[in-house]
Amino acid sequence: MQIEIILNGNKVTYDVKNDEFLADTLRAHGISSVRKGCNTTCCGLCTIWIDEKPVLSCAALSIRANGKRITTMEGLQKESEEFAQVLVAEGSEQCGFCSPGFIMTVIAMKRELKNPTEEEILHYLTGNLCRCTGYMGQLRAIKKYLGVM
Amino acid sequence: MFTAKEFSQPKTIEEAYHILVSRRNNTVIGGSAFLRMSSKKIGTAIDLSKLELNEIKEQNEYIEIGAYATFRDIETSPLLRNHFNGVLPNAVKNIIGIQFRNIVTVGASVFSKYGFSDFITALLALDTEVELYKAGRMSLEDFLKRPFERDILTRVLIKKNQRQASYQHLRNSISDYPILNVAASNLDNHWILVVGARPQRAQIARKASKALSEHFSFDDLDQIAALAAEELAFGTNERGTANYRQAMCKVLVKRAITEVLQCK
Repeated sequence: MQIEIILNGNKVTYDVKNDEFLADTLRAHGISSVRKGCNTTCCGLCTIWIDEKPVLSCAALSIRANGKRITTMEGLQKESEEFAQVLVAEGSEQCGFCSPGFIMTVIAMKRELKNPTEEEILHYLTGNLCRCTGYMGQLRAIKKYLGVM
Repeated sequence: MFTAKEFSQPKTIEEAYHILVSRRNNTVIGGSAFLRMSSKKIGTAIDLSKLELNEIKEQNEYIEIGAYATFRDIETSPLLRNHFNGVLPNAVKNIIGIQFRNIVTVGASVFSKYGFSDFITALLALDTEVELYKAGRMSLEDFLKRPFERDILTRVLIKKNQRQASYQHLRNSISDYPILNVAASNLDNHWILVVGARPQRAQIARKASKALSEHFSFDDLDQIAALAAEELAFGTNERGTANYRQAMCKVLVKRAITEVLQCK
């Protein structure tokens, strides 16, 4: 089936299978920020936005995305760079494999929550696993980025 | 991973049901988050997203949750936060992550009667009914006892009353599946105690609920908790043994009752 989506602000048309997930569709069309980590809906690495809501693209059927707005890190270059600079400054970037999903979730949180507490930040990010950092550096960076030190 | 030969987005519930029963391997796909872990070979995957079943509404006597509402909708609903001591948002807020809860639907979770469900345990402690397209409306407890039938769950309806409730859970890590979960509620000294993820599906602890409703003082707390742990069956899986679950059941039941007693 053919789907038409607004991908990072541009209208695109893709042929997709009935049982194909967005993570595969997007990667097949060159969206390399979308990665599959666990492929069991646990790690958050494949996070994208559908109509501004963060979702796991490894669990979202492509065919259902027809007519929707899809946002990946490629569509959030300016905000991603701003946050990435804070991550680096806080020494909280290690292997970087989980970063795209993590950054997508942090930017979604910034738009959704006003002045979040540390508890709210941690809760919002429970779906993003990182096996290098131990999270403390990331938490410092998020607080700095959100201005809630 | 499941496979699907065809995909359909029916415009009416009648059409959805007709497609469902027209072939054995046709399946309503819900949010597809849990289904994706299966190797099911689906004929027609039926998507209910065009049926406008995603609302959480306050009616005169009930709070109505559409089958296509997501767990994130449950978690962030002001209506549900302000009723029953916020037990439903509390029950779903630790399920994996926000990205996952934005996909998982109420209808698929309840209809599938998952043993590990946090949501069913909390719902069962409230005065909850489910509405199925073919079988009609029935209590959640009756629905959970019925064998699986080909039908479509359209709504969950919760009696709007002053019932106060608490949800308690035990997990290895915060976003993992529960090892055990418990919900307790009270309305005018009518208590309901529910234990789920035993790992079998949630069940009301009838004897303990009755004993608690008839007479309660803090001195009885250990006895009530022990009664709940004795009357229900527990099993062993990779997350915990039956003995461990039975022992922890007492702890969670006490915590749940204590929290309900603290509700104003």
